Amino acid sequence: MGLFSRRKTVFVDSDILVIGGGMAGCGATYEARYWGRDLKIVCVEKANIERSGAVAQGLYAINTYMGMRWGENQPEDHVRYARNDLLGLVREDLGYDIARHVDSCVHKFEEWGLPMMRDPETGRYQREGKWQIMIHGESYKPIVAEAACKAATEVYNRIMVTHLLTDKTAANRVAGAVGFNVRTGDFYVFRATAVIVCAGGASHIYKPRAVGEGMGRTWYAPWSSASAYALPILVGAKMTQMENRIVLTRFKDGYGPVGAYFLHLKTYTENAYGEEYESRWTEHTRNLVGDYVDKHPVPTCLRNHALLEEQKAGRGPIRMVTKEAFQDPHKETVGWENLLGMTIGQAVVWASQNIDPKHTNPELTTSEPYVMGSHATCSGAWASGPEDCAPDDYQWGYNRMMTVDGLFGAGDTIGGAAHKFSSGSFTEGRIAAKAAVNYVNDLGRDRPVVSETEYQRLKKVIYQPLENYAVGRNEIVAGTVSPSYLLPMQGLQRLEKIMDEYVGGIGANYITNEPLLTRGLELLEMLREDLDHLGAEDLHQLQRAWELHHRVVASESVTHHTMFRTETRWPGYYYRGDYPKLNDTDWHCFTLSRFDRESGTWELETAPVHHIID
Amino acid sequence: MPTFVYMTRCDGCGHCVDICPSDIMHIDPKYRRALNIEPSMCWECYSCVKACPQNAIDARGYADFAPLGHSVRVLREEGKGTVSWKIKFRDGTEKDFVSPIRTTPWGSIKSPADYDAPTGDSFTDQQLAHEPEFLKVGELPTLDPAGQETD
Repeated sequence: MGLFSRRKTVFVDSDILVIGGGMAGCGATYEARYWGRDLKIVCVEKANIERSGAVAQGLYAINTYMGMRWGENQPEDHVRYARNDLLGLVREDLGYDIARHVDSCVHKFEEWGLPMMRDPETGRYQREGKWQIMIHGESYKPIVAEAACKAATEVYNRIMVTHLLTDKTAANRVAGAVGFNVRTGDFYVFRATAVIVCAGGASHIYKPRAVGEGMGRTWYAPWSSASAYALPILVGAKMTQMENRIVLTRFKDGYGPVGAYFLHLKTYTENAYGEEYESRWTEHTRNLVGDYVDKHPVPTCLRNHALLEEQKAGRGPIRMVTKEAFQDPHKETVGWENLLGMTIGQAVVWASQNIDPKHTNPELTTSEPYVMGSHATCSGAWASGPEDCAPDDYQWGYNRMMTVDGLFGAGDTIGGAAHKFSSGSFTEGRIAAKAAVNYVNDLGRDRPVVSETEYQRLKKVIYQPLENYAVGRNEIVAGTVSPSYLLPMQGLQRLEKIMDEYVGGIGANYITNEPLLTRGLELLEMLREDLDHLGAEDLHQLQRAWELHHRVVASESVTHHTMFRTETRWPGYYYRGDYPKLNDTDWHCFTLSRFDRESGTWELETAPVHHIID
Repeated sequence: MPTFVYMTRCDGCGHCVDICPSDIMHIDPKYRRALNIEPSMCWECYSCVKACPQNAIDARGYADFAPLGHSVRVLREEGKGTVSWKIKFRDGTEKDFVSPIRTTPWGSIKSPADYDAPTGDSFTDQQLAHEPEFLKVGELPTLDPAGQETD
């Protein structure tokens, strides 16, 4: 491999490798140590665990808390809520499992020092809504990271994991992972008995509304680069509900949160002419999805749908009516601190445009689609459920183990369990880690073996963009246009354009159909081939190159799944123009896919949705 | 509001480089001070702004949609346990907010290894660390398998 053959290789051995140090990864690392006192537990993080993942900026609410100790909600209630919101299709076993444990995590956060708001009358946690509690969460992530750092044998920051490794002889068994240090450029080979993927979901696979300097102000973090999906997909793990991308209704340009505004401040929406509009679209929506429109609360996607239809009817912009609530100084403070606590950029937008919600009702808009497993959506890997309540065909091994032996996941990685949010992702990390410890203990001396041939091959592949650039740049005088390589940003822009135009992005009003998807797949395949010709000027660009790889793999998965489900399940998230209605007769089921790395083909099938809660 | 760095305040310490979740704060090789190398991948999370000991980093709203003349400044004080904000509108309006960030000393969280080690059946039941104590409801809820229905 010439120019880069002298790059140092660092081997790290562990019993349990946690990939990604966000909320799920911190939960996994903590719990792995509790049960695995003598195990070597390693957490590897692309950035710095103190401020990494989607909670890096902080949060002003914890969106999943039962309040069982005060009799507020029971886990079954949360399953019903998530099921309604996703129009019937959730893994109830996984959701129940998270809901029954989540309170103990939140209570631990409080013990660790997370400032919780309290209702002055009841002394309970201050409710924002039925499931949400309010926190002063500027340091939510550093606090949780401190717990993980105390628990881990080692935390490796600034290492981008690019691929999982499988066992030398058992192809369906995980054996570790490889990646590179973004600072030193060293090549890392992590050899592990169990791997827990806790990486991030996908922003920036669809073209965002701002495409200049503001393209980074996506709703979901720009560093969430779909590693949650690409890593398992590439070793043949089955994925589920990858078509179930999410679109968010948020404050315009900053994508600032609306939850506290709706639920706590009791602000509401209206069209440009001051009219309530959601009820106007109820019958229209009923014609598409039937009785699901009558669920309470109205499913997230259907509220998006009403907003989109109202805008198409020419009565936009839609605004949040804040002027009344913000006359109350306490509510005004909550409204601003809510932004500063988790989306500072929205405060900047309002300050720059002189939007004071006390005097001006701010505009709302819908975001481009994102792929996640933790919000009001449930894309991700198909995982084994809890032993005591998962239906038989949802159980083939340890809790949260994927269809690859020894490969576990949590947070955005695991599909079918919507409405985890920060606390649920942390909880799921804990659940996965306890199972992973049992997996390791049960194996005894039987340990996987990595293939030297495999990691040496990957070493060459991983650094290829540096070589492509170093060689190709000599062909041209200067600048960004080369006949022999693509820069990562150029590839990203092509991906976002393909997904936007062919797979239901904002430019297509979220509409797609079979001919569009077919063409989209052809273009994605050419893009995937072109990724062999990415050029990276430095290690930062090499990180961007591998983030793009992960995004492209996830995008192909999303597109195949979208093609497979011949109905419009979630109007407001996306529309199949050729199958415009929800079809419960044929599609009250999960979609499953598996990528065969030998043949490069995708196989799709369905799996039943079992309702274990009435 | 991608971040930028004031030339006269930055001393090149690299705290921002160390913390940036997006890996976009780097040290300029010529000036030996920090800069944002990729503003279009900045989430405006303010991690670098908060981490800067010199208060050398600020943000200017994204050129695509933010008119000039505003500022959102932050001071995060771990010793006092607070984060303080000053918002200045383009029209000069100012708003100030202060919030707590932590109720316990930094570094005070116990390792899970400092608790009694779990034994026996607890490995195979459904309870996680600190349960049922931290659930604060007696015992972990379970579903009755006999009551399961499928369709």
